[in-house]
Amino acid sequence: MERHVRHFQDELDELKGRLLEMGGLAEERLRAAVRSVVERDTALVERVLGGDFAINQLHIEIDDRCFKLLALHQPMAVDLRAIVAAVKINTDLERVGDLAVNIAEAVRRYLQHPAVKELIDIPKMAELAQVMLRDSLDAFVRRDVALAQQVLEQDDELDHLKTKVFRELLTYMLRDASTIEPALDLILISRHLERIGDHATNVAEDVIFMVSARDVRHQ
Amino acid sequence: MTTLLRPLSTMTTGTARPATPVKIDVQGMNFYYGAKQALSDITIALHANLVTAFIGPSGCGKSTFLRTLNRMNDIIPGTRVEGRVRIDGEDIYAASTDVVGLRRRVGMVFQKSNPFPKSIFENVAYGLRINNLAKARSEMEGRVEESLKAAAIWDEVKDRLHESAQALSGGQQQRLCIARALAIQPEILLMDEPASALDPIATQRIEELIYQLKASYTIVIVTHNMQQAARVSDQTAFFWLGRLVESGPTATIFTNPAEKLTEDYVTGRFG
Repeated sequence: MERHVRHFQDELDELKGRLLEMGGLAEERLRAAVRSVVERDTALVERVLGGDFAINQLHIEIDDRCFKLLALHQPMAVDLRAIVAAVKINTDLERVGDLAVNIAEAVRRYLQHPAVKELIDIPKMAELAQVMLRDSLDAFVRRDVALAQQVLEQDDELDHLKTKVFRELLTYMLRDASTIEPALDLILISRHLERIGDHATNVAEDVIFMVSARDVRHQ
Repeated sequence: MTTLLRPLSTMTTGTARPATPVKIDVQGMNFYYGAKQALSDITIALHANLVTAFIGPSGCGKSTFLRTLNRMNDIIPGTRVEGRVRIDGEDIYAASTDVVGLRRRVGMVFQKSNPFPKSIFENVAYGLRINNLAKARSEMEGRVEESLKAAAIWDEVKDRLHESAQALSGGQQQRLCIARALAIQPEILLMDEPASALDPIATQRIEELIYQLKASYTIVIVTHNMQQAARVSDQTAFFWLGRLVESGPTATIFTNPAEKLTEDYVTGRFG
């Protein structure tokens, strides 16, 4: 059968493009938030705190596009799954943007104190969260179930690192009460990074659902 | 990163007017079949280079209204029109209107494809010939090819232009009829259920064609298939019992219509 292009497909491609743009912004903000704590860069902290606008606008625009595509084109099968996945991924990416702001808020407080210790595991967590986020988006673009599966597996490593950070900082706090405030902020930062990993995991699960119609959540 | 990357859509407000100029302006139209009033007080502006869909249950007057736009109802005895229909500001029901000229500007495609019992080539050339629109043979051939291409059927028929049009499939015949309508270079294309007799794939091709043709034409389509109206049109008008209940951007009509009656119809809670 002769294949002909439908403008619906163009609109679907455009939707994916906007979602990637959103992912790029979320990733960029996460990177900036983490760099601000590692490099103790207060100007960067303020930049992250002030720059949520573009992500929020895209959040609304992408939902609006999905809403319209569902209402006007009655998508079926893989197209239907792609749009439902897009709605969910959109929410996850917006939450990543919010969590980057939460990290920056914790960093702002943290930087008012001397460093508790050299940061080792938090940059590791940040790196891992970024890789998971990027891989989940790549998996979305390339419809790559294997890559999405890999993201799901990485989440355990992130959870493990969070527990490790918590235990380690607990010993500092027990030893020296003056470290309690900044150490709590570091724990919060690790908690936010772990949550970002959870959102990347959600994206990966949605990719698997979009491509193969398999629901791998809660397994 | 604080710039707004692209303007937000107007869907949730729904009040934005189309950016293109008004092509057809209808004011206070009443239409009668003898003593029976079929349309009451229709006022609507149809914009250039957009697809406007008329939806509504059978007998709501949508086809009757479509046919008032090129005075096709004139051929039915006892019909009468009140009010005003202007195309590019000219009253098409004025005594001075040349009806043949009007129908040349406002082409029409019907529910059932109706190719002439002639060759594919002759079906498209016919309108050009009787309107004296192509003098030389090469000019005629050029315009036929152009029209068949615009109707997205050229590749399927180019090697058998002189075979009978009746041998084409239903979907091909309908695209041939669209090519025939386009050949005389109308400004407006009226389509009355153009895909209702076609299978889903042929329907999709017609819908895609409509989407592409709006760059060059003002298109008005009557359809009883609401999903089709949603897919192909920019503006939608909902008719009920001879009245225009609501018209506006298609996205608004199908996601957040202003009238309860429209909502009941598009959600299938009618009657």
